[in-house]
Amino acid sequence: MNPAFSVIFLTTLIGIGQGLFLALFTQQSYALFDLLPHQDARFYGWGSLLALLFTTAGLVASFFHLGRPERAWRSAAQWRTSWLSREVIVLPAFMGILFLYGASHLIGLDPVLLTLPSGLGINATVILGGIATILAFALFVSTGMIYACLRFLQEWHSPLTVINFTLLGGASGFTLATLYATMVAPTQTGFLGGWAIIITLLGLLGRSSSLWRNARLRPKSTLQTAIGIKHPRIVQTAQGAMGGSFSTREFFHGKSEAFLGRMKASFLLLAFALPLLLLASNLSYPSALLLCVAFVSQFAGLLAERWYFFAEAKHPQNLYYQGMS
Amino acid sequence: MTQLALVIDLNVCVGCHACVTSCKEWNTSGAAGPLCDENPYGADPTGTFFNRVQTFEVGQYPSTDTVHFPKSCLHCEDPPCVPVCPTGASYKRKQDGIVLVDYDKCIGCKYCTWACPYGAREIDEQQKVMKKCTLCVDRIYDTSLAEIDRKPSCVKACPTSARLFGDIHDPESEVSKAIRENGGYALMPEWGTHPANHYLPRRKTHLKIHKDELERADNPLKVDGQLPKPGKNEPTLDDVTSW
Repeated sequence: MNPAFSVIFLTTLIGIGQGLFLALFTQQSYALFDLLPHQDARFYGWGSLLALLFTTAGLVASFFHLGRPERAWRSAAQWRTSWLSREVIVLPAFMGILFLYGASHLIGLDPVLLTLPSGLGINATVILGGIATILAFALFVSTGMIYACLRFLQEWHSPLTVINFTLLGGASGFTLATLYATMVAPTQTGFLGGWAIIITLLGLLGRSSSLWRNARLRPKSTLQTAIGIKHPRIVQTAQGAMGGSFSTREFFHGKSEAFLGRMKASFLLLAFALPLLLLASNLSYPSALLLCVAFVSQFAGLLAERWYFFAEAKHPQNLYYQGMS
Repeated sequence: MTQLALVIDLNVCVGCHACVTSCKEWNTSGAAGPLCDENPYGADPTGTFFNRVQTFEVGQYPSTDTVHFPKSCLHCEDPPCVPVCPTGASYKRKQDGIVLVDYDKCIGCKYCTWACPYGAREIDEQQKVMKKCTLCVDRIYDTSLAEIDRKPSCVKACPTSARLFGDIHDPESEVSKAIRENGGYALMPEWGTHPANHYLPRRKTHLKIHKDELERADNPLKVDGQLPKPGKNEPTLDDVTSW
Protein backbone atom coordinates (compact mmCIF):
# COMPACT_ATOMS: atom_id res chain seq x y z
CA MET A 1 0.00 0.00 0.00
CA ASN A 2 1.05 3.56 -0.57
CA PRO A 3 0.89 5.23 2.86
CA ALA A 4 -1.51 8.17 2.95
CA PHE A 5 -0.33 10.93 5.28
CA SER A 6 -3.87 11.96 6.12
CA VAL A 7 -4.54 8.51 7.57
CA ILE A 8 -1.15 8.32 9.26
CA PHE A 9 -1.85 11.59 11.08
CA LEU A 10 -5.47 10.66 11.80
CA THR A 11 -4.63 7.37 13.48
CA THR A 12 -1.62 8.64 15.44
CA LEU A 13 -3.19 11.92 16.59
CA ILE A 14 -6.48 10.46 17.79
CA GLY A 15 -4.47 7.70 19.47
CA ILE A 16 -2.61 10.33 21.49
CA GLY A 17 -5.89 12.03 22.37
CA GLN A 18 -7.51 8.78 23.49
CA GLY A 19 -4.42 7.74 25.44
CA LEU A 20 -4.11 11.11 27.16
CA PHE A 21 -7.75 11.02 28.23
CA LEU A 22 -7.38 7.44 29.47
CA ALA A 23 -4.32 8.49 31.47
CA LEU A 24 -6.19 11.37 33.10
CA PHE A 25 -9.20 9.23 33.89
CA THR A 26 -7.03 6.43 35.22
CA GLN A 27 -5.56 8.93 37.66
CA GLN A 28 -9.04 10.17 38.57
CA SER A 29 -10.26 6.59 39.11
CA TYR A 30 -7.35 5.86 41.44
CA ALA A 31 -8.08 9.12 43.24
CA LEU A 32 -11.75 8.18 43.53
CA PHE A 33 -10.75 5.22 45.66
CA ASP A 34 -8.17 7.35 47.51
CA LEU A 35 -5.29 5.40 46.04
CA LEU A 36 -3.80 8.63 44.72
CA PRO A 37 -4.29 12.23 45.79
CA HIS A 38 -7.16 13.88 43.99
CA GLN A 39 -5.89 16.59 41.70
CA ASP A 40 -7.22 20.03 41.09
CA ALA A 41 -10.14 20.04 38.60
CA ARG A 42 -8.00 22.14 36.28
CA PHE A 43 -5.55 19.21 35.92
CA TYR A 44 -8.27 17.03 34.42
CA GLY A 45 -10.00 19.90 32.64
CA TRP A 46 -7.06 21.35 30.73
CA GLY A 47 -5.69 17.85 30.14
CA SER A 48 -8.94 16.80 28.49
CA LEU A 49 -8.93 19.91 26.36
CA LEU A 50 -5.39 19.01 25.28
CA ALA A 51 -6.66 15.53 24.38
CA LEU A 52 -9.52 17.18 22.52
CA LEU A 53 -7.01 19.25 20.60
CA PHE A 54 -5.21 16.11 19.40
CA THR A 55 -8.43 14.31 18.41
CA THR A 56 -9.61 17.42 16.58
CA ALA A 57 -6.31 17.60 14.72
CA GLY A 58 -6.77 13.94 13.80
CA LEU A 59 -10.31 14.59 12.61
CA VAL A 60 -9.10 17.50 10.48
CA ALA A 61 -6.35 15.29 9.01
CA SER A 62 -8.92 12.65 8.08
CA PHE A 63 -10.74 15.10 5.83
CA PHE A 64 -7.67 15.35 3.64
CA HIS A 65 -8.15 11.69 2.81
CA LEU A 66 -11.54 12.30 1.25
CA GLY A 67 -12.07 13.16 -2.36
CA ARG A 68 -15.38 14.79 -1.48
CA PRO A 69 -15.04 16.09 2.09
CA GLU A 70 -18.29 18.05 1.78
CA ARG A 71 -20.13 14.73 1.76
CA ALA A 72 -18.36 13.38 4.84
CA TRP A 73 -21.60 13.42 6.84
CA ARG A 74 -22.88 10.59 4.66
CA SER A 75 -20.21 8.27 6.01
CA ALA A 76 -22.16 7.61 9.22
CA ALA A 77 -24.81 5.73 7.24
CA GLN A 78 -23.48 2.18 7.03
CA TRP A 79 -22.56 1.52 10.66
CA ARG A 80 -24.21 -1.90 10.44
CA THR A 81 -21.52 -3.24 8.12
CA SER A 82 -18.63 -0.79 7.86
CA TRP A 83 -15.99 -0.26 10.52
CA LEU A 84 -15.09 3.01 8.86
CA SER A 85 -18.64 4.17 9.38
CA ARG A 86 -18.47 3.06 13.00
CA GLU A 87 -15.28 5.04 13.49
CA VAL A 88 -16.96 8.07 11.94
CA ILE A 89 -19.70 7.81 14.58
CA VAL A 90 -17.54 6.91 17.58
CA LEU A 91 -14.88 9.59 17.04
CA PRO A 92 -17.22 12.62 17.33
CA ALA A 93 -19.10 10.88 20.15
CA PHE A 94 -15.84 10.42 22.04
CA MET A 95 -14.86 14.02 21.35
CA GLY A 96 -18.24 15.26 22.55
CA ILE A 97 -18.12 13.35 25.84
CA LEU A 98 -14.47 14.29 26.26
CA PHE A 99 -15.45 17.93 25.88
CA LEU A 100 -18.23 17.56 28.46
CA TYR A 101 -15.84 15.76 30.81
CA GLY A 102 -13.25 18.51 30.55
CA ALA A 103 -15.80 21.31 30.64
CA SER A 104 -17.59 20.02 33.72
CA HIS A 105 -14.20 19.85 35.48
CA LEU A 106 -13.31 23.37 34.39
CA ILE A 107 -16.60 25.08 35.22
CA GLY A 108 -16.88 23.11 38.46
CA LEU A 109 -20.20 21.53 37.56
CA ASP A 110 -19.44 18.19 39.14
CA PRO A 111 -22.30 17.16 41.42
CA VAL A 112 -22.42 13.79 43.13
CA LEU A 113 -25.02 11.95 41.07
CA LEU A 114 -25.24 8.71 43.00
CA THR A 115 -23.78 7.16 46.09
CA LEU A 116 -22.51 3.61 46.18
CA PRO A 117 -23.59 1.35 49.08
CA SER A 118 -20.08 1.83 50.49
CA GLY A 119 -20.81 5.54 50.79
CA LEU A 120 -18.59 6.43 47.84
CA GLY A 121 -20.01 9.37 45.89
CA ILE A 122 -19.96 9.08 42.12
CA ASN A 123 -19.53 12.48 40.51
CA ALA A 124 -20.83 13.56 37.12
CA THR A 125 -17.26 13.62 35.78
CA VAL A 126 -16.74 10.00 36.84
CA ILE A 127 -19.81 8.94 34.88
CA LEU A 128 -18.81 11.07 31.88
CA GLY A 129 -15.28 9.70 32.16
CA GLY A 130 -16.62 6.14 32.27
CA ILE A 131 -18.64 6.72 29.11
CA ALA A 132 -15.66 8.37 27.43
CA THR A 133 -13.46 5.41 28.41
CA ILE A 134 -15.86 3.00 26.73
CA LEU A 135 -15.94 5.25 23.67
CA ALA A 136 -12.13 5.56 23.64
CA PHE A 137 -11.77 1.79 23.52
CA ALA A 138 -14.60 1.52 20.98
CA LEU A 139 -12.67 4.02 18.88
CA PHE A 140 -9.45 2.01 19.15
CA VAL A 141 -11.34 -1.10 18.09
CA SER A 142 -13.09 0.68 15.20
CA THR A 143 -9.86 2.21 13.94
CA GLY A 144 -7.99 -1.07 14.19
CA MET A 145 -10.81 -3.11 12.66
CA ILE A 146 -10.90 -0.84 9.60
CA TYR A 147 -7.60 -2.49 8.71
CA ALA A 148 -7.95 -5.84 10.47
CA CYS A 149 -11.24 -6.67 8.73
CA LEU A 150 -9.70 -6.66 5.24
CA ARG A 151 -9.06 -10.38 5.00
CA PHE A 152 -6.86 -10.38 1.93
CA LEU A 153 -4.47 -7.82 3.38
CA GLN A 154 -2.88 -10.61 5.38
CA GLU A 155 -0.44 -8.29 7.17
CA TRP A 156 -3.41 -6.47 8.71
CA HIS A 157 -5.89 -9.31 9.10
CA SER A 158 -4.94 -10.18 12.66
CA PRO A 159 -6.08 -9.29 16.19
CA LEU A 160 -2.60 -7.80 16.62
CA THR A 161 -3.67 -4.86 14.47
CA VAL A 162 -6.38 -3.82 16.94
CA ILE A 163 -4.17 -4.59 19.93
CA ASN A 164 -1.33 -2.50 18.53
CA PHE A 165 -3.52 0.48 17.65
CA THR A 166 -4.75 0.40 21.25
CA LEU A 167 -1.35 -0.07 22.86
CA LEU A 168 0.50 2.45 20.69
CA GLY A 169 -2.21 5.07 21.10
CA GLY A 170 -2.20 4.41 24.84
CA ALA A 171 1.59 4.57 25.05
CA SER A 172 1.86 7.93 23.31
CA GLY A 173 -1.06 9.32 25.32
CA PHE A 174 0.42 8.22 28.64
CA THR A 175 3.80 9.66 27.66
CA LEU A 176 2.11 12.98 26.91
CA ALA A 177 0.22 12.70 30.21
CA THR A 178 3.54 12.19 32.02
CA LEU A 179 4.92 15.31 30.38
CA TYR A 180 1.73 17.21 31.21
CA ALA A 181 1.85 16.07 34.85
CA THR A 182 5.51 17.04 35.16
CA MET A 183 4.53 20.58 34.28
CA VAL A 184 1.27 20.98 36.24
CA ALA A 185 1.10 18.18 38.81
CA PRO A 186 4.64 16.92 39.49
CA THR A 187 3.45 14.50 42.18
CA GLN A 188 1.68 12.40 39.54
CA THR A 189 4.67 12.07 37.23
CA GLY A 190 5.81 8.79 38.72
CA PHE A 191 2.40 7.15 38.51
CA LEU A 192 1.74 8.21 34.92
CA GLY A 193 5.34 7.65 33.87
CA GLY A 194 5.24 4.12 35.27
CA TRP A 195 2.14 3.32 33.26
CA ALA A 196 3.68 4.97 30.17
CA ILE A 197 6.66 2.62 30.49
CA ILE A 198 4.44 -0.44 30.94
CA ILE A 199 2.20 0.41 27.97
CA THR A 200 5.16 1.31 25.76
CA LEU A 201 6.76 -2.03 26.64
CA LEU A 202 3.51 -3.84 25.84
CA GLY A 203 3.32 -1.85 22.59
CA LEU A 204 6.85 -2.94 21.73
CA LEU A 205 5.85 -6.53 22.43
CA GLY A 206 2.71 -6.25 20.30
CA ARG A 207 4.40 -4.51 17.41
CA SER A 208 7.34 -6.90 17.46
CA SER A 209 4.89 -9.81 17.38
CA SER A 210 3.18 -8.40 14.32
CA LEU A 211 6.56 -7.76 12.65
CA TRP A 212 7.52 -11.34 13.44
CA ARG A 213 4.18 -12.63 12.15
CA ASN A 214 4.24 -10.57 8.97
CA ALA A 215 7.77 -11.62 8.12
CA ARG A 216 6.55 -15.22 8.04
CA LEU A 217 3.37 -14.76 6.03
CA ARG A 218 2.87 -16.82 2.92
CA PRO A 219 0.73 -14.92 0.42
CA LYS A 220 -2.48 -16.78 -0.32
CA SER A 221 -2.83 -15.23 -3.74
CA THR A 222 -0.28 -15.76 -6.46
CA LEU A 223 -0.12 -14.69 -10.07
CA GLN A 224 -1.37 -18.18 -10.87
CA THR A 225 -4.59 -17.76 -8.89
CA ALA A 226 -4.89 -14.12 -9.99
CA ILE A 227 -5.20 -14.97 -13.67
CA GLY A 228 -6.08 -18.62 -13.27
CA ILE A 229 -3.22 -20.08 -15.30
CA LYS A 230 -1.30 -22.95 -13.80
CA HIS A 231 2.29 -22.41 -14.77
CA PRO A 232 5.24 -21.70 -12.50
CA ARG A 233 6.65 -19.05 -14.82
CA ILE A 234 4.36 -16.17 -15.76
CA VAL A 235 5.75 -12.76 -16.66
CA GLN A 236 3.62 -9.71 -17.16
CA THR A 237 4.39 -7.78 -20.32
CA ALA A 238 1.60 -5.17 -20.32
CA GLN A 239 -0.63 -3.61 -17.66
CA GLY A 240 -3.15 -1.99 -19.94
CA ALA A 241 -1.65 1.45 -19.42
CA MET A 242 1.78 2.94 -20.02
CA GLY A 243 1.55 5.95 -17.70
CA GLY A 244 0.35 4.14 -14.60
CA SER A 245 -3.13 4.13 -13.17
CA PHE A 246 -4.91 4.55 -9.89
CA SER A 247 -4.04 0.93 -9.13
CA THR A 248 -0.33 1.62 -9.46
CA ARG A 249 -0.44 4.90 -7.50
CA GLU A 250 -2.57 3.75 -4.56
CA PHE A 251 -1.03 0.37 -3.87
CA PHE A 252 2.70 0.79 -4.47
CA HIS A 253 4.90 2.89 -2.19
CA GLY A 254 7.77 2.78 -4.65
CA LYS A 255 10.44 2.64 -1.96
CA SER A 256 13.27 0.13 -1.78
CA GLU A 257 13.50 -2.73 0.68
CA ALA A 258 16.45 -0.94 2.28
CA PHE A 259 14.30 2.15 2.86
CA LEU A 260 11.65 -0.01 4.51
CA GLY A 261 14.33 -1.54 6.71
CA ARG A 262 15.49 1.92 7.77
CA MET A 263 11.92 2.95 8.55
CA LYS A 264 11.48 -0.15 10.69
CA ALA A 265 14.70 0.49 12.59
CA SER A 266 13.87 4.15 13.11
CA PHE A 267 10.39 3.50 14.45
CA LEU A 268 11.66 0.84 16.82
CA LEU A 269 14.23 3.34 18.06
CA LEU A 270 12.10 6.48 18.14
CA ALA A 271 8.77 5.05 19.26
CA PHE A 272 10.05 2.54 21.78
CA ALA A 273 13.75 2.55 22.73
CA LEU A 274 14.36 6.27 23.22
CA PRO A 275 11.05 7.07 24.99
CA LEU A 276 11.53 4.07 27.28
CA LEU A 277 15.00 5.27 28.19
CA LEU A 278 13.84 8.82 28.85
CA LEU A 279 10.71 7.73 30.75
CA ALA A 280 12.85 5.47 32.92
CA SER A 281 15.36 8.23 33.66
CA ASN A 282 12.43 10.51 34.44
CA LEU A 283 11.44 8.24 37.32
CA SER A 284 14.67 9.20 39.11
CA TYR A 285 15.46 12.54 37.54
CA PRO A 286 12.24 14.32 36.53
CA SER A 287 12.81 16.65 33.65
CA ALA A 288 10.11 18.25 31.53
CA LEU A 289 12.60 18.83 28.75
CA LEU A 290 13.60 15.19 28.49
CA LEU A 291 9.95 14.12 28.61
CA CYS A 292 9.23 16.59 25.86
CA VAL A 293 11.95 14.89 23.82
CA ALA A 294 10.44 11.52 24.74
CA PHE A 295 6.99 12.52 23.55
CA VAL A 296 8.15 14.14 20.31
CA SER A 297 10.37 11.14 19.63
CA GLN A 298 7.53 8.73 20.28
CA PHE A 299 5.13 10.70 18.08
CA ALA A 300 7.69 10.84 15.27
CA GLY A 301 8.34 7.13 15.79
CA LEU A 302 4.65 6.34 15.59
CA LEU A 303 4.35 8.33 12.36
CA ALA A 304 7.14 6.14 10.97
CA GLU A 305 5.45 3.07 12.47
CA ARG A 306 2.17 3.91 10.77
CA TRP A 307 3.96 4.60 7.48
CA TYR A 308 5.59 1.19 7.76
CA PHE A 309 2.27 -0.40 8.70
CA PHE A 310 0.81 0.70 5.37
CA ALA A 311 3.94 0.07 3.34
CA GLU A 312 4.42 -3.49 4.60
CA ALA A 313 0.90 -4.52 3.55
CA LYS A 314 1.04 -6.15 0.14
CA HIS A 315 -2.28 -5.87 -1.61
CA PRO A 316 -3.16 -8.85 -3.82
CA GLN A 317 -4.20 -6.47 -6.60
CA ASN A 318 -0.48 -5.73 -7.02
CA LEU A 319 -0.21 -9.14 -8.70
CA TYR A 320 -1.92 -7.59 -11.71
CA TYR A 321 0.59 -4.75 -11.84
CA GLN A 322 3.98 -6.42 -11.77
CA GLY A 323 5.59 -4.97 -14.82
CA MET A 324 5.40 -3.75 -18.34
CA SER A 325 7.83 -4.19 -21.14
CA MET B 1 -32.38 -14.59 -8.99
CA THR B 2 -30.41 -13.07 -11.79
CA GLN B 3 -26.68 -12.50 -11.82
CA LEU B 4 -25.51 -10.77 -14.93
CA ALA B 5 -21.88 -11.34 -15.78
CA LEU B 6 -19.27 -11.46 -18.47
CA VAL B 7 -17.51 -14.60 -19.56
CA ILE B 8 -14.16 -13.88 -21.15
CA ASP B 9 -12.60 -16.48 -23.39
CA LEU B 10 -8.83 -16.28 -23.05
CA ASN B 11 -8.58 -18.80 -25.85
CA VAL B 12 -9.99 -16.29 -28.28
CA CYS B 13 -8.87 -12.90 -26.98
CA VAL B 14 -6.25 -11.41 -29.27
CA GLY B 15 -5.47 -8.41 -27.06
CA CYS B 16 -6.68 -5.77 -29.51
CA HIS B 17 -8.04 -3.43 -26.79
CA ALA B 18 -11.24 -2.84 -28.74
CA CYS B 19 -13.22 -3.60 -25.58
CA VAL B 20 -11.16 -1.02 -23.69
CA THR B 21 -11.75 1.79 -26.17
CA SER B 22 -15.37 0.90 -26.70
CA CYS B 23 -15.95 0.80 -22.92
CA LYS B 24 -14.24 4.14 -22.48
CA GLU B 25 -16.18 5.70 -25.35
CA TRP B 26 -19.56 4.56 -24.07
CA ASN B 27 -18.96 5.31 -20.44
CA THR B 28 -17.29 8.67 -20.92
CA SER B 29 -20.25 9.89 -22.95
CA GLY B 30 -23.02 8.88 -20.59
CA ALA B 31 -25.25 10.69 -18.16
CA ALA B 32 -22.83 9.98 -15.29
CA GLY B 33 -20.29 12.37 -16.76
CA PRO B 34 -16.88 11.76 -18.29
CA LEU B 35 -14.29 9.23 -17.22
CA CYS B 36 -11.58 11.79 -16.73
CA ASP B 37 -8.10 11.53 -18.17
CA GLU B 38 -5.04 13.41 -17.01
CA ASN B 39 -2.17 14.43 -19.30
CA PRO B 40 -3.73 12.54 -22.21
CA TYR B 41 -1.05 13.92 -24.53
CA GLY B 42 1.72 14.31 -21.94
CA ALA B 43 4.58 12.08 -20.92
CA ASP B 44 2.57 10.22 -18.29
CA PRO B 45 -0.94 9.85 -19.61
CA THR B 46 -3.29 8.36 -17.06
CA GLY B 47 -6.98 8.13 -16.61
CA THR B 48 -9.95 6.23 -15.35
CA PHE B 49 -10.83 3.02 -17.11
CA PHE B 50 -13.39 0.38 -16.30
CA ASN B 51 -11.67 -2.25 -18.33
CA ARG B 52 -8.05 -2.92 -19.12
CA VAL B 53 -6.36 -5.58 -21.19
CA GLN B 54 -3.17 -6.91 -19.68
CA THR B 55 -0.70 -9.26 -21.28
CA PHE B 56 1.18 -12.10 -19.67
CA GLU B 57 3.82 -14.38 -21.08
CA VAL B 58 3.38 -17.90 -19.78
CA GLY B 59 6.24 -20.35 -19.91
CA GLN B 60 9.89 -20.25 -20.92
CA TYR B 61 11.00 -19.44 -24.43
CA PRO B 62 10.56 -21.11 -26.87
CA SER B 63 7.51 -22.83 -25.37
CA THR B 64 5.65 -19.69 -24.41
CA ASP B 65 2.07 -18.60 -24.62
CA THR B 66 1.11 -14.95 -24.79
CA VAL B 67 -2.09 -14.55 -22.86
CA HIS B 68 -4.13 -11.38 -23.19
CA PHE B 69 -6.13 -10.87 -20.08
CA PRO B 70 -9.02 -8.37 -20.04
CA LYS B 71 -9.71 -7.24 -16.49
CA SER B 72 -12.71 -5.35 -15.18
CA CYS B 73 -14.98 -5.48 -12.15
CA LEU B 74 -16.01 -9.09 -11.63
CA HIS B 75 -19.37 -8.23 -10.01
CA CYS B 76 -18.70 -10.64 -7.16
CA GLU B 77 -21.65 -12.49 -5.72
CA ASP B 78 -20.21 -11.73 -2.29
CA PRO B 79 -18.55 -8.39 -3.02
CA PRO B 80 -16.08 -7.39 -0.27
CA CYS B 81 -16.14 -3.76 -1.47
CA VAL B 82 -19.82 -3.25 -0.62
CA PRO B 83 -20.03 -3.81 3.17
CA VAL B 84 -16.98 -1.65 3.87
CA CYS B 85 -18.40 1.43 2.14
CA PRO B 86 -19.28 3.91 4.90
CA THR B 87 -21.88 5.82 2.90
CA GLY B 88 -23.71 3.05 1.10
CA ALA B 89 -22.55 4.47 -2.23
CA SER B 90 -21.30 1.01 -3.21
CA TYR B 91 -24.12 -1.43 -3.57
CA LYS B 92 -25.09 -4.63 -5.28
CA ARG B 93 -28.37 -4.58 -7.14
CA LYS B 94 -30.78 -7.30 -6.04
CA GLN B 95 -32.55 -7.60 -9.38
CA ASP B 96 -29.51 -8.37 -11.54
CA GLY B 97 -26.46 -8.64 -9.26
CA ILE B 98 -24.62 -5.68 -10.78
CA VAL B 99 -22.27 -3.96 -8.31
CA LEU B 100 -22.58 -0.20 -8.73
CA VAL B 101 -21.31 3.03 -7.19
CA ASP B 102 -23.69 5.90 -6.59
CA TYR B 103 -21.46 8.79 -7.71
CA ASP B 104 -23.66 11.26 -5.81
CA LYS B 105 -23.08 9.52 -2.48
CA CYS B 106 -19.41 8.52 -2.83
CA ILE B 107 -17.05 10.55 -0.62
CA GLY B 108 -13.91 9.30 -2.36
CA CYS B 109 -12.37 7.68 0.72
CA LYS B 110 -10.95 4.82 -1.42
CA TYR B 111 -11.67 2.26 1.30
CA CYS B 112 -13.55 0.08 -1.21
CA THR B 113 -10.45 -0.23 -3.37
CA TRP B 114 -8.52 -1.50 -0.37
CA ALA B 115 -11.23 -4.10 0.06
CA CYS B 116 -11.15 -5.27 -3.56
CA PRO B 117 -8.47 -7.91 -4.18
CA TYR B 118 -8.75 -7.48 -7.95
CA GLY B 119 -7.92 -3.78 -8.30
CA ALA B 120 -11.12 -3.32 -10.25
CA ARG B 121 -12.01 0.12 -8.98
CA GLU B 122 -10.33 3.35 -10.02
CA ILE B 123 -10.91 6.79 -8.62
CA ASP B 124 -11.77 9.58 -11.00
CA GLU B 125 -9.04 12.10 -10.21
CA GLN B 126 -11.17 15.03 -11.40
CA GLN B 127 -14.56 14.16 -9.94
CA LYS B 128 -12.96 12.54 -6.87
CA VAL B 129 -15.40 9.66 -6.74
CA MET B 130 -14.82 5.94 -7.16
CA LYS B 131 -15.71 4.47 -10.52
CA LYS B 132 -15.95 0.97 -11.86
CA CYS B 133 -17.53 -1.21 -14.52
CA THR B 134 -21.32 -0.90 -14.54
CA LEU B 135 -21.87 -3.74 -17.02
CA CYS B 136 -23.26 -0.85 -19.11
CA VAL B 137 -26.34 -0.72 -16.94
CA ASP B 138 -27.41 2.36 -18.91
CA ARG B 139 -27.37 0.34 -22.09
CA ILE B 140 -28.54 -3.20 -21.41
CA TYR B 141 -32.03 -2.06 -20.32
CA ASP B 142 -32.39 0.75 -22.85
CA THR B 143 -35.48 -0.16 -24.85
CA SER B 144 -34.75 2.58 -27.39
CA LEU B 145 -31.87 0.41 -28.59
CA ALA B 146 -32.42 -2.57 -30.83
CA GLU B 147 -32.52 -5.75 -28.77
CA ILE B 148 -29.26 -6.96 -30.27
CA ASP B 149 -27.52 -3.81 -29.01
CA ARG B 150 -28.64 -4.21 -25.40
CA LYS B 151 -25.31 -5.64 -24.35
CA PRO B 152 -22.29 -4.08 -22.67
CA SER B 153 -20.29 -2.09 -25.17
CA CYS B 154 -17.18 -4.22 -24.63
CA VAL B 155 -19.14 -7.28 -25.67
CA LYS B 156 -20.46 -5.51 -28.75
CA ALA B 157 -16.96 -4.35 -29.68
CA CYS B 158 -15.07 -7.62 -29.40
CA PRO B 159 -14.10 -8.68 -32.92
CA THR B 160 -13.40 -12.27 -31.92
CA SER B 161 -16.43 -12.78 -29.69
CA ALA B 162 -14.18 -13.45 -26.74
CA ARG B 163 -16.68 -11.74 -24.45
CA LEU B 164 -20.03 -13.27 -23.64
CA PHE B 165 -22.71 -11.59 -21.57
CA GLY B 166 -25.64 -13.12 -19.75
CA ASP B 167 -27.18 -14.48 -16.59
CA ILE B 168 -24.91 -17.04 -14.93
CA HIS B 169 -27.75 -18.17 -12.65
CA ASP B 170 -29.79 -19.37 -15.61
CA PRO B 171 -28.38 -22.83 -16.38
CA GLU B 172 -29.55 -22.61 -19.99
CA SER B 173 -27.94 -19.25 -20.75
CA GLU B 174 -25.08 -18.94 -23.20
CA VAL B 175 -22.70 -17.91 -20.41
CA SER B 176 -23.66 -20.75 -18.08
CA LYS B 177 -23.15 -23.27 -20.86
CA ALA B 178 -19.82 -21.71 -21.77
CA ILE B 179 -18.63 -21.89 -18.16
CA ARG B 180 -19.90 -25.43 -17.74
CA GLU B 181 -18.70 -26.88 -21.00
CA ASN B 182 -15.39 -25.08 -21.40
CA GLY B 183 -13.90 -25.14 -17.93
CA GLY B 184 -14.84 -21.60 -16.93
CA TYR B 185 -13.15 -20.43 -13.75
CA ALA B 186 -13.18 -17.50 -11.33
CA LEU B 187 -10.20 -15.36 -10.32
CA MET B 188 -8.64 -15.71 -6.86
CA PRO B 189 -11.14 -18.26 -5.61
CA GLU B 190 -9.21 -18.38 -2.31
CA TRP B 191 -10.95 -15.27 -0.99
CA GLY B 192 -14.50 -16.55 -1.32
CA THR B 193 -15.72 -13.49 -3.18
CA HIS B 194 -17.48 -15.66 -5.78
CA PRO B 195 -16.83 -13.47 -8.80
CA ALA B 196 -19.70 -13.49 -11.27
CA ASN B 197 -17.42 -12.90 -14.22
CA HIS B 198 -15.70 -16.04 -15.37
CA TYR B 199 -12.78 -16.76 -17.64
CA LEU B 200 -12.49 -19.58 -20.12
CA PRO B 201 -8.99 -21.07 -20.19
CA ARG B 202 -6.63 -21.50 -23.09
CA ARG B 203 -7.45 -24.83 -24.62
CA LYS B 204 -5.95 -26.76 -27.47
CA THR B 205 -7.74 -29.46 -29.39
CA HIS B 206 -5.47 -32.46 -29.73
CA LEU B 207 -6.29 -35.29 -32.17
CA LYS B 208 -5.02 -38.53 -30.71
CA ILE B 209 -4.08 -41.01 -33.45
CA HIS B 210 -2.93 -44.45 -32.41
CA LYS B 211 -0.23 -46.09 -34.46
CA ASP B 212 -2.40 -48.93 -35.69
CA GLU B 213 -4.85 -46.39 -37.04
CA LEU B 214 -2.26 -45.29 -39.57
CA GLU B 215 -2.51 -48.67 -41.32
CA ARG B 216 -5.47 -49.98 -43.18
CA ALA B 217 -6.56 -53.04 -41.35
CA ASP B 218 -7.85 -54.66 -44.51
CA ASN B 219 -4.61 -54.22 -46.41
CA PRO B 220 -2.01 -56.09 -44.37
CA LEU B 221 0.39 -56.50 -47.31
CA LYS B 222 0.28 -52.75 -48.07
CA VAL B 223 -0.53 -53.43 -51.70
CA ASP B 224 -1.71 -50.31 -53.39
CA GLY B 225 -4.42 -50.69 -55.92
CA GLN B 226 -8.01 -51.52 -56.40
CA LEU B 227 -9.33 -54.45 -54.52
CA PRO B 228 -10.51 -57.29 -56.64
CA LYS B 229 -14.09 -56.92 -57.48
CA PRO B 230 -16.04 -59.21 -55.19
CA GLY B 231 -18.06 -61.94 -56.71
CA LYS B 232 -21.74 -61.48 -57.10
CA ASN B 233 -22.56 -63.73 -54.16
CA GLU B 234 -19.99 -62.36 -51.78
CA PRO B 235 -20.69 -59.60 -49.27
CA THR B 236 -19.55 -56.15 -50.46
CA LEU B 237 -18.93 -54.42 -47.11
CA ASP B 238 -15.37 -55.75 -46.95
CA ASP B 239 -14.48 -53.92 -43.75
CA VAL B 240 -17.24 -55.57 -41.90
CA THR B 241 -17.42 -58.98 -43.35
CA SER B 242 -14.15 -60.09 -44.90
CA TRP B 243 -12.29 -60.61 -41.64
